[in-house]
Amino acid sequence: MELVQRDQLQSLIDSFAGKDVYIHLETTNGSYAAHFQEGFFNAGAFIRNIVVNYELGKVAGDSPHRIGLKLPSGWIYAQGITHYELDEHGRLLMAGLGPDGKLAVSLEISETPFTY
Amino acid sequence: MEKERHVLVIFPHPDDEAFGVSGTIATYIEMGVPVTYACLTLGEMGRNLGNPPFANRETLPMIRKKELQASADAMGLTDLRMMGLRDKTVEFEDDEKMVKLVADLIEELNPSLIISFYPGLSVHPDHDATGRAVVEAIRRMSESERPKLYTIAFDNKTVEVIGHPDVHHDVSGVTEKKLGAMNAHASQTVWMMEDMQKRLDAEDADALRWLKTEHFYTYTF
Ligand SMILES: [Zn+2]
Repeated sequence: MELVQRDQLQSLIDSFAGKDVYIHLETTNGSYAAHFQEGFFNAGAFIRNIVVNYELGKVAGDSPHRIGLKLPSGWIYAQGITHYELDEHGRLLMAGLGPDGKLAVSLEISETPFTY
Repeated sequence: MEKERHVLVIFPHPDDEAFGVSGTIATYIEMGVPVTYACLTLGEMGRNLGNPPFANRETLPMIRKKELQASADAMGLTDLRMMGLRDKTVEFEDDEKMVKLVADLIEELNPSLIISFYPGLSVHPDHDATGRAVVEAIRRMSESERPKLYTIAFDNKTVEVIGHPDVHHDVSGVTEKKLGAMNAHASQTVWMMEDMQKRLDAEDADALRWLKTEHFYTYTF
């Protein structure tokens, strides 16, 4: 993954619009957050291989970026995206990595299902 | 350490074995005791990708699979089972399916000792769920047929709840193998091991104790 180049990422997101695509979306503080910092309120969410068809996708904000996908009757968004790549399977992988190299958020778009 | 008929180690993540059990595994293998390690997931949801990143969400499992195999090689372990579950979902699997997964391994291998996590005191939900399935599978066996169960517990309230470990293994004969297992999981341990190696080089007493001894709680039914 490389640091986000906004125009390139925008055109990649455009290229998946109007197609049935598989989504991976995840936010996390890690399972040890409350172990290392007592009282830490640990929250996160994970969804994988949900099929959607978005009509409009946008990269917003300065780095870290926000990504929003407008669905026929709903929304998907992720904030904190720093890195991206189009992998060898043609999947658009986006992630928000902290300065410590730990993933905090991830949004991925693919025309084929992600593995399990 | 006593000789065992067969030792079955069950953890959910590649690297769960490395920190506190790899010396025990390597020692049993040197003693000629067969050891099986069933690792439930490939740590797919690991957060450490580096910055700049060395992996992404989709390539991390393959990296960790190779690391797990390298750790097994370092310990001399030949019976490594990857059970195909997904990281962070173990507690959401059907409870009976999880008990059966453990029961099937017990039936096949007839272990005299199982090593896993102490349910409720192992911090990560996957650790606790794994420990719960192991405890329940053994509990359902007739008392005379039950293997011993050694557990790892590291919740901050562990000592308050169950006191101190009662099983202590001298693994000073296999320190190179233990360090090999730790270093095999480089994607997860490289920062910890840089610090650990410095402390070992400085002959820090706690670090040496960690390297040469391993501790377990016998689970009683
Ligand atoms: Zn673990």
